[in-house]
Parts: sequence; structure tokens; C-alpha cells
Amino acid sequence: MRVTLWGTRGSLPSAGPETVRYGGNTACVEVRGCAGTVLILDAGTGLRRLGAALPGDLPRVDILLTHLHLDHLQGLGFFPPLFREGTAVHIWGPPSTTQDLRTRLARYLSPPLFPMPLRDVPGQLVLHDLPLAPFALGEFEVDADLVCHPGPTAGLRIAEDGAVLAYLPDHEPALCSRHFPDLPEWTSGYGVAAGADLLIHDAQYTAEEYAQHVGWGHSAFPHALAFARLAGVRRLMTFHHDPAHADDLLDALMATAPRDLPFELLPGREGTTVEVGPRVGADGQGEAPRQA
Amino acid sequence: MKQHPIELILMRQLAGYLAVPVFLVDAEGTLLFYNEPAEALLGRRFDEAGEMPLEHWATAFHPTDERGRPLSPAELPLVVALRERRPMQRAFWIEGLDGVRRRLEVVALPLLGQGDRFLGGVAAFWESAP
Repeated sequence: MRVTLWGTRGSLPSAGPETVRYGGNTACVEVRGCAGTVLILDAGTGLRRLGAALPGDLPRVDILLTHLHLDHLQGLGFFPPLFREGTAVHIWGPPSTTQDLRTRLARYLSPPLFPMPLRDVPGQLVLHDLPLAPFALGEFEVDADLVCHPGPTAGLRIAEDGAVLAYLPDHEPALCSRHFPDLPEWTSGYGVAAGADLLIHDAQYTAEEYAQHVGWGHSAFPHALAFARLAGVRRLMTFHHDPAHADDLLDALMATAPRDLPFELLPGREGTTVEVGPRVGADGQGEAPRQA
Repeated sequence: MKQHPIELILMRQLAGYLAVPVFLVDAEGTLLFYNEPAEALLGRRFDEAGEMPLEHWATAFHPTDERGRPLSPAELPLVVALRERRPMQRAFWIEGLDGVRRRLEVVALPLLGQGDRFLGGVAAFWESAP
């Protein structure tokens, strides 16, 4: 599968000269399968550019929302396939015991917060509760599990031909463990990430910032490293960068990582594309990331 | 290695911080955890007792009613919460693993997650005078 980052920022879009390398758009990741299936993970502001890049004759696209915080939704109203005919847009979101997905999405996608009510969107829109058990989307098997973040929030494990992508953009496993990293079976997100070929994981804070934000639902950079080590992943890509973190700070944070990590550490930069293959091959590594 | 559902992870973490004794089981009734305040009433550290199936913990503490009649597992609040998926409260006596008899007030709840998932149950309890 081919994974492209269209938005890597957390919480709030952060455009400006100080964020051009890591990007200012909020969470949005494209996953393309070998048979052409297109999955989109979250609908942050990166969705606008991704939507504009999709071919007009694409018959179907599936958007998997990990949760409904605004930084994961804000691109939906600017997603071109929703405003034309020809592409069926399927949106999957975590289930709620009280309201269906349409009702919850419409809280943002309706006046006065948005000019057009969701029901007036002219494209073909199909809404689904995200199953909390494995299901197939094209050539992918998708397995969602709830993880530690305020409000129902899913982590996604996406497999294709033995290759596994784990996506945990908003995740605070340290909150759920008295001695993090602790026992795997008592660690939030472990089942999603175990043995993944690529883990995209929340790394919003520095360790010092995290101390002031315990319970806000995000990880410090060292927590992301510790979680990736515990889960035995092959590659870790940092994600959900704090809106106040400029490129130079993020570079400096990456440089603090130990050199003897048992996985490859990749900076989550907007525009990066990664080929994710199974854990086989002459050198045991997948292709290097490249700028799209 | 299988990971527990996030709701059980969060409940265990919360129990670890509470001063109220808490006893946590999974959907099959297997004891997963009890906290330090519970250890004082059950008479053994959880690290020493470890996980145990319902059939074991439901009899290991020799529960009896106010008149000393032994209670079957089906009469225990947490077992009712698991089997009938409803909350239950009751007072009864146990014999801790330290050999001390204590009267407990127990409140038990089933744990039902998003997506109609039945996850297990939790009991909070206090030592109380008859």
C-alpha cells in the first residue's frame, strides 16, 4: 500500500513560514491499495488538497474518521467529490450510543457553523458506523479499536497482503498505565499497533509540555518512541504536531531520539509518501519515504 | 498477546487511583484486577492472588448472608451484573484470604461499551457494620 500524508498538524491548522516543512494542515492521510482502492484517514484540512488531486472518475472513496474532533473534520466541507456526481463518498465514524453519525457530523456541517446543511450536499454520501471488528474495504482489511483519547476515538489497523499500517493520530497511552510503558495487554492501542510495518502516532508534545497537558489525549514524543518499542513496529512516523511547534523545534525533537532504536524513525511531514510492504525482502526494510 | 478493551484499561487505571475498593472482571467473569484498598478487605495482594476464573473467586471468599447461609455464585451482585447485565447492590459477609470475616456492602455494574459490546463488570465495596 502507498501512504501519503496530506495533513500532519494537530488541533489547529498552522500555516506560516515556520511550518512549511512539516506542514500546517490538520490530520489527513491517503492510503492506496494495489487494486486502486482509496482510503482516507481523517478529514482534517489536508483533505481539501487531497480531494482536488483525486481523479474525477474515481467511483468510490472511503473516509475513516478516528473521531469527530474538529481538526479531523474540518476538510469535509471542502472535499470536491462531495460537490459533484460520480464519486460515492463513504464516511465511517466511531459509533455512539445516543446519536447516529449523520446527526453528529451535522453539528458542524450545518448553519451557523457551516453555510450548507449536510443534507444539501449534492454528491453521493453514505454514512456508516465504524465496526469495532475486522471488515473488508476493497483489498484492505480494516480493524478498528477504541483507544485512550477524550470521547470515543478509534485507532485503525489496515492490512493488505501481509503489510500493516497502524494509525493512532490522537492517543495518550501513558494516561492508561501507572508505569508506562507497561504490560502490552494493559496498554491502550497495543492491539492496533502490534508488529505494524508503519505506525503513524501522536507525538504532539515535548516531555515538558506533556506534564502540563496530562489527560488532554495526546502523547509526548518520548511516549511515541516507547509505545512503538513496546508494540514492536518496523517504522514509526511522528504525527499530530502541536500547532505551536515550528519546523526547527520538530527537527530538534527528532534529534533527541536515541540512536539505538529498534525501529526506523520517520518525521511526519506533509507531502511524504511511504510504500508499506510486509516484513520480507532482502534487507528487511520497506522503501524509503520520498516527498510527493 | 491480546490487548484488553480500552474501557477495561481505563477502569483498571481509575481503580488504581481510587481509595474505594474496586474489583474488575472481564466478560467471562475472570478476575482481572482489584486495587490496593480491595486488597485490605480481601486479605491478599492482587499480585499474589492473580487472575482467577469466576468459579474460583465466587467461592474463594466463602460468602454468606446475614444469617450465615452460604451464598451461591448466582446470588453475588457481580455475578448478577454479569449474567443479567443490570446493576445490583447487596450486603453480605466474606472470609478474606487472611482468614478474617468481614461484612461488605457491594455495588456491582455491568460494563457495556460503544457498539453494543459487553465487556465485563466492576464491583465497588465497603466494609460496613451489620
